[in-house]
Amino acid sequence: MAKPARKLSAAPAPRPTEIPDFDRLIHEKTRLGIVSALAVNASLSFNELKAVLKTTDGNVSVHARKLEDAGYLTCKKSFQGRMPRTEYALTAAGRRALEKYLNHMEALIRNTRDG
Amino acid sequence: MADALHEHAAESLRFIRDTMERAGSFTSIPGWGGFVIGLTAIGDAVVAQRFVTAPRTWLAVWLIDAALAAVIGAVTIAMKGRRTGTSFTSPTAKRFFVSYLAPLIAGAIVTLALYRAGAFAAMPAAWLLLYGTAFVSSGAFSIRVIPLMGICFMLLGAAAALVLLPVSNILLGCGFGGLHVVFGLIIARRYGG
Repeated sequence: MAKPARKLSAAPAPRPTEIPDFDRLIHEKTRLGIVSALAVNASLSFNELKAVLKTTDGNVSVHARKLEDAGYLTCKKSFQGRMPRTEYALTAAGRRALEKYLNHMEALIRNTRDG
Repeated sequence: MADALHEHAAESLRFIRDTMERAGSFTSIPGWGGFVIGLTAIGDAVVAQRFVTAPRTWLAVWLIDAALAAVIGAVTIAMKGRRTGTSFTSPTAKRFFVSYLAPLIAGAIVTLALYRAGAFAAMPAAWLLLYGTAFVSSGAFSIRVIPLMGICFMLLGAAAALVLLPVSNILLGCGFGGLHVVFGLIIARRYGG
């Protein structure tokens, strides 16, 4: 009896604007912004990040938390006088993730230009 | 599909560069400014090399270059700040400028002391070491390439401490010329100007 043909992978083909094999965590715009801003600063406070990204308190806090959970950034809370201050810094893993993402985007541009 | 991917990737890169520019411009000397400072220093090193046997003139040539570099640095920082709309009075910017300027002020005073002692041969090492220190200390608040540049300046300074003026003038050219050009280009291309 003939063997049944092997099933092909069930993974769906990527949609036209979808980019396969890359870090989806930092692909989201606010998170990419946070990681990029921290890549050129040793650390930034919550308010500085909010000003750079021109976004809301809620947005910065939700997305920074996701990056923190992934180990891409560290968050240090302290008091400046009576005011609470939250300071964010990029970890080595976060920096590697951004570098990988940058390389991926540059490779995509090269490939589509050559092809 | 290729066009959509290309546009998407290009848009992401633009976004990253714009964000880095807005977030980082107040913490580093602009790359193109450093590049131009490097070019003037190479020219200066060539001129200064002719005067190594006339140390006062040799010193004057380098002081003119230092003044020119300060003007180029100040103008390009102001231009980049205006273009990106960043503040020079934020705590990060203040920390950067204080830790950057302190070793440079020390360098000016050390130069005066060495001049009074007639110790011209010790100047290249002092300049390279203190200028490197400015970038190592201020680089703690900036992009990683800044402290790396500082370390390279310090290594040249250490080498300059072991040689005499004709050779140490070449090391000055390698540092203030070569390192500025190389790192200026890296900062300009990778960190948005």
